[in-house]
Amino acid sequence: MPRIFAFIVHKAGVADDSAVELAAAAARIDPAQAPTAIVTGYGLELDAVCNGLRATYGEIWKIADEALAYPNAELVRQALVAVVPPGSILLVPHSHFGVDLSPGLSIKLNAAYVPDVVGIDGLDDSALRLVRQEFGGQVSTHVRCEISDGAVVNIRPGAFQPAGGASLSGVVVDKSGELGTLKTARRYLQTIPVDAGDVDITKYRTLVSIGRGIQDPENVALAEELAQAMGAAVSCSRPVVDAKWLDKSRQVGSSGKTVKPKVYLACGISGSFQHLAGIKGNPFLIAINKNPKAPIFRVADVGIVDDIIEFLPALTERVREECCAPVQGKEQR
Amino acid sequence: MEILVCAKRVPDTSENEIELNGAGNDIERDELVYSVNEPDNYAVEEALKMVEAAGGSVTVVTVGDSEDEEILRREMAMGANRAALLSDDAFRGSDGKGVASILKAFVEKGRYDLILTGVQADDGAAQVGGMLAAMLDYPFASLVNAVEVLEGGRLKVSREIEGGNREINELDLPCVLSIQTGINEPRYVGMRGIRQVASVPIPTLGTSELGLRVDAAGQAAAKVRRLDYFVPEAGKGAEMLEGDREEVAARLVELMKAKGGLN
Repeated sequence: MPRIFAFIVHKAGVADDSAVELAAAAARIDPAQAPTAIVTGYGLELDAVCNGLRATYGEIWKIADEALAYPNAELVRQALVAVVPPGSILLVPHSHFGVDLSPGLSIKLNAAYVPDVVGIDGLDDSALRLVRQEFGGQVSTHVRCEISDGAVVNIRPGAFQPAGGASLSGVVVDKSGELGTLKTARRYLQTIPVDAGDVDITKYRTLVSIGRGIQDPENVALAEELAQAMGAAVSCSRPVVDAKWLDKSRQVGSSGKTVKPKVYLACGISGSFQHLAGIKGNPFLIAINKNPKAPIFRVADVGIVDDIIEFLPALTERVREECCAPVQGKEQR
Repeated sequence: MEILVCAKRVPDTSENEIELNGAGNDIERDELVYSVNEPDNYAVEEALKMVEAAGGSVTVVTVGDSEDEEILRREMAMGANRAALLSDDAFRGSDGKGVASILKAFVEKGRYDLILTGVQADDGAAQVGGMLAAMLDYPFASLVNAVEVLEGGRLKVSREIEGGNREINELDLPCVLSIQTGINEPRYVGMRGIRQVASVPIPTLGTSELGLRVDAAGQAAAKVRRLDYFVPEAGKGAEMLEGDREEVAARLVELMKAKGGLN
């Protein structure tokens, strides 16, 4: 059985939620093995992260270097290549960072690479059997991954729930001495926070959220009218921002805002995992989509198969009849 | 600046419902509308803008078969100067590393300052750009949503990260970038433009033309293999409201009131 490692993403001295999810994924591959965490970084924050992982991992490999204080994927890759033994299975969260790191890492480790894994069937004949999704989640596939030279497996955030098993008391092993000089032709300069925008969609208890199904910028007004009648705000999925029909500050998803409304109307939104990742707090989720096979219907509470261009005006009219005229103070805070 | 853009022809998910075929080993492809992978189109637009500002040329390349030539022609109609189709029966069944190996062989036959890919294909894995960069020992940045050319053979690149924040990096050329949708507004391509490039010859290169090792790509080299397609279990699934549109709207209003979404 190959040794299983998990790459830990962390911030401000605290491990990301993915740390326990990767441990759960590791248990799906080999329940008998206590997986090993690998943490790169620098200083006291790194020590805090490593200590926090002792309950979840049997060993924690600490890699400290001033050059790793910010996780530049090119430098992290060099550090991992220096320490990860050949033939290992390395689990990485399929985040903005994992997408940056893992493809190149797999080449340098001469290991197989499988991205965005949502399920693990197990190990047979020195191959992993994994589950992925394609076409925005409309169909899934089983994937066979040979692990004779090891594998880098990127795990979708939220796909594996923490096992909640016995608490370990892992040991922190300092591997910093195995690094050579880290250098890269890609230099991190700074992080620029997203613009606040005109409306703070995180403060509304009801969101009328539009996706590609809105079809035309002039149709955005249909959502605005409904939102106004309901005292809601209009939010959206990525294609609407890409088309510049709404500002980036209105985007819900892993690359946009995280919202916690009571009611979320997904209008013409297919339901990619990146979008769903931005909807928290288990709201009453209503999906309106003309494609009856849209993945959003798998997660919605209520579904309506209709063209939103036709349905939104009908809904707006009905809301107005209910005397839900817009009043002040509908914001949550 | 000499720029290479790697593109792919994919089923257009905005035009198609993706369904399984009868055997369950593939999606039903007979009625599918194909188009250029959307992020790849943004990558071509970004390349064209950079060349318009700083000179140079844009080459578009794809790994596929004769049917895939149509997207190369489309991107030439958009303004790309050259195109190449990398095609060989021996390439079938390649995994991401195989495709990256084929592209590496093509890159090494030319001289490019910058290589762009789309961030991900609808049927793909967001992997080939990063693999290609590692094979070439070029720096790489993914999820790129802004590029600025600096003096001295460097780029200032913005990456999309969590929460819509942007991570700014400086990269030395040559490098590989994966381009995110929304970075620009891809120009319109009309039928007239397509007709103008209809007879432009597009070279096809196979294993021998690329000088590729026979074991570098294809089914035999693939460590990662798709076994089947299936439709994921529905979970609890949504309660579907059906019937007359006005009736459905009325029932929905009642539900929203009950859930605190309306006063």
